[in-house]
Amino acid sequence: MIRVPGLNRLPPEATRVAMRLAALLVLGVLLSALSSAFLSTVNLMNVLRQAALLFFMSSGLTLVVLTAGLDLSIGATIALGACVAGTVIKNADSAWLGAATALGIGGAVGLLNGMMVSLLRIPAFIATYGMLWVLQGLAYTYMAGNTVYGFPSGFRQLGNGYLLHVPTPVIVMAALLAIGTVFAQRTVWGQQIVMIGANPVAARLSGVPVKRRLILVYVLSGLAAGFAALVYLARLNSAEADIGSSLTLPAIAAVLIGGASLFGGVGTLAGTFIGALILTLVLNGMNLLHVDGNWQPLVTGVIIVAAVWLDLQGQRTRS
Amino acid sequence: MTALPLPTRMRAPGLMVAMVVMLVGFAVASRDFAMPGNVLNIIMQSSVLLLVALPMTFVILTEGLDLSVGAVVSLCSVALAQVALATGSLVMTSAAGVLVGALAGVVNGGLIAYLRIPPFVATLGTLGAAQSLALVLTGGQSVTGLPSNVLFIYGGSILGVPVPILIIVAAYAIMHSLLYYTPFGSFVFALGGNREALTLAGVSWRRMLMAVYVLGGAWAGAAALVLASRLSAGHPTAAIGMEFDAIAAVALGGTSFERGDGWLLGTLLGVAAIGILRNGLNLMAVSSSVQVCCIGILVILAFTLEAFRAPEL
Repeated sequence: MIRVPGLNRLPPEATRVAMRLAALLVLGVLLSALSSAFLSTVNLMNVLRQAALLFFMSSGLTLVVLTAGLDLSIGATIALGACVAGTVIKNADSAWLGAATALGIGGAVGLLNGMMVSLLRIPAFIATYGMLWVLQGLAYTYMAGNTVYGFPSGFRQLGNGYLLHVPTPVIVMAALLAIGTVFAQRTVWGQQIVMIGANPVAARLSGVPVKRRLILVYVLSGLAAGFAALVYLARLNSAEADIGSSLTLPAIAAVLIGGASLFGGVGTLAGTFIGALILTLVLNGMNLLHVDGNWQPLVTGVIIVAAVWLDLQGQRTRS
Repeated sequence: MTALPLPTRMRAPGLMVAMVVMLVGFAVASRDFAMPGNVLNIIMQSSVLLLVALPMTFVILTEGLDLSVGAVVSLCSVALAQVALATGSLVMTSAAGVLVGALAGVVNGGLIAYLRIPPFVATLGTLGAAQSLALVLTGGQSVTGLPSNVLFIYGGSILGVPVPILIIVAAYAIMHSLLYYTPFGSFVFALGGNREALTLAGVSWRRMLMAVYVLGGAWAGAAALVLASRLSAGHPTAAIGMEFDAIAAVALGGTSFERGDGWLLGTLLGVAAIGILRNGLNLMAVSSSVQVCCIGILVILAFTLEAFRAPEL
C-alpha cells in the first residue's frame, strides 16, 4: 500500500476511489504522451460514450455484487432485449414501445433471478448462469440467424446524439451515477443492501427484509441491462442474437476494477464508473497504438487481477 | 456438516430426478435413444467435458473455482496441434498439451495460494490471458492437418474399445483413487472444510492448493488432446464456455461451493446428465438454440429441488 499523507485518514472506500482516480490520471497522461490522437475531442467523446454503455451494464451489477451476489445473465439480457426491442421499434415504428419492451424484458429477467436467489436459495452464480443459457437460447430462436438494423434517427439520438455538446449517453450516465450513489449511500434501502452483503445474518436479525431487497437488486440489474440494450441499439444501429457473449466479462471487469468485493458489502458506483473509464481508456489506447486486438483479453485480465491485488494489499496493511 | 468422503446419505436428489425423467422421456420419445450405439455416442461425446469436470470437482472442493479452464483447453489445443504438425510425435504432442495446461495451473495456483487473490478473480484473469495467447499464437485461425496418430486418440480403438472410453475410465480411476485413497485427497477436502487443520498438521495449504490447480491445468491439457483429435484441429476458441459446463456438472452432482463437501461420482453423473440432455434433444431434432435453453432450465430445476433440502439461512 502506498502511503500518501492525509489519504489514509479518509474512509477506506474514499481511499479506494482516490487511488483509482490517480490511476486514471496517470493513464490519461501516459496515453496523451504516447498518441497524439488521444486528446482529440472526437476520441475523448468516443471513450466517454463507450464507457457510458459499460457503466449502464455494470451499475446494476455493482448493487448485486454489494449483496455478495453475481449476475452473469447481463450479456444475454442485453442480447434478448436488443433483439426483441429492435424488432418492435422496426415493426411498430415506435421507439417508446421498444424502450418499454427492453425495460420490461430486463425487469422480468431480474425478477426471476431475484426470486431464484432469494426464495429458492439457488446460488446466484448458478441461477443467473442458468438464466444466461435460457435467454441466449430464446434470443437465438427469436432471431433465427437474422440481424435487425436501421433504426429511426430520433431513437438513435439516445446513443449517438448530443445534448448541449455533450453526448447523450454521457449525460444519462452522470444522472444515473448521481441517483445511484444517493440511493446506495444515503437511503435506508441502499444501506440495507450493503448490510446484506456485509453480514446477512446480522441484516436478517435487525429486521432487514433480506428477500425483498435481494429481489430488488436483481430487478435493478435487469433494468440496467435492459437500458444498456437500448443504448447499444441506438449506438450500433443493429443487433443480432450473439452480441451478449462479449459484454458480460467487461461488465464484471469494470465492477472489480472499480474496487467492489465479490464477498459483498464493499463497493461504490463511483468506483465502478472509474473502473469502466479505466478499462475503456486502456482498450482505446491499445487501438490508438495499433496493438493487435487479440491482446485485449489478456490486458483486461491483468488489470482485473492487479486492481484486486492492490485492494487486498491495502486491506491487509490496514488490519 | 463435516466432509464425508463417501456418500452416506442421498446426494443430489435433483439430479437423480432429472436423470430419471430424461431417460424415460427420451426413450419414449425417440426409438434410437436407448440403442447401444447411441449410448456409446453419449459417452464419447461427454469425454472432453468429463476430463475437465473431474479436476474441477477438486478445485470446487477447496472452495475454489476455475473459470479459465475453457480458455486453457483452447490454448492447449492450438499449442499441441502446432507441436503435432512440427514433430509428428504423439508423445511430444501430449507432453505439449499437458505442459501448457500445467503452466496455466501454476499461474492460477500462484495467484490464488501465494498472492491470495480470490479464485473467481484470479482465474478470470487467466481466462483472458489464455484466450489472448491462443488467438495470437494462431492469428485466430484453426491449426488443421493433424497427423493420424493424434486422430487415433478420438477415432481409434484398442481391442475393440474406443480410445476415449479407455481414457475416461483411466481418468476416473486415477482421480477417484487420488481423492479417496491418498493423503492428498484428504488434504483437498481439508482445504475447503478446515484449512486450519492442515496448518496444524504441518501441511502447507499453499502448496496443496497450488497442486490442485496444477493438476487441473494438466488435465485440461489432456482434454485438449481429445478435443483436438475429435475436431481434427486445434482451434483458439474451441472450448470457450466449457468452464460453465464443467461447473454446472460439478454443481449438479451435489458438490457444494462451500465447506469442502462433495462427491466425485456425482460429477460423473452431472456430466452424463448434460450429455444425455444434449443427445436426446438432438435425436428429437430440437434446434441447438432450444437445446441451449433446456440446459439452462435443467440446471435451475436441479437446484430448485436441491434448495428444498438446504437449511434456512
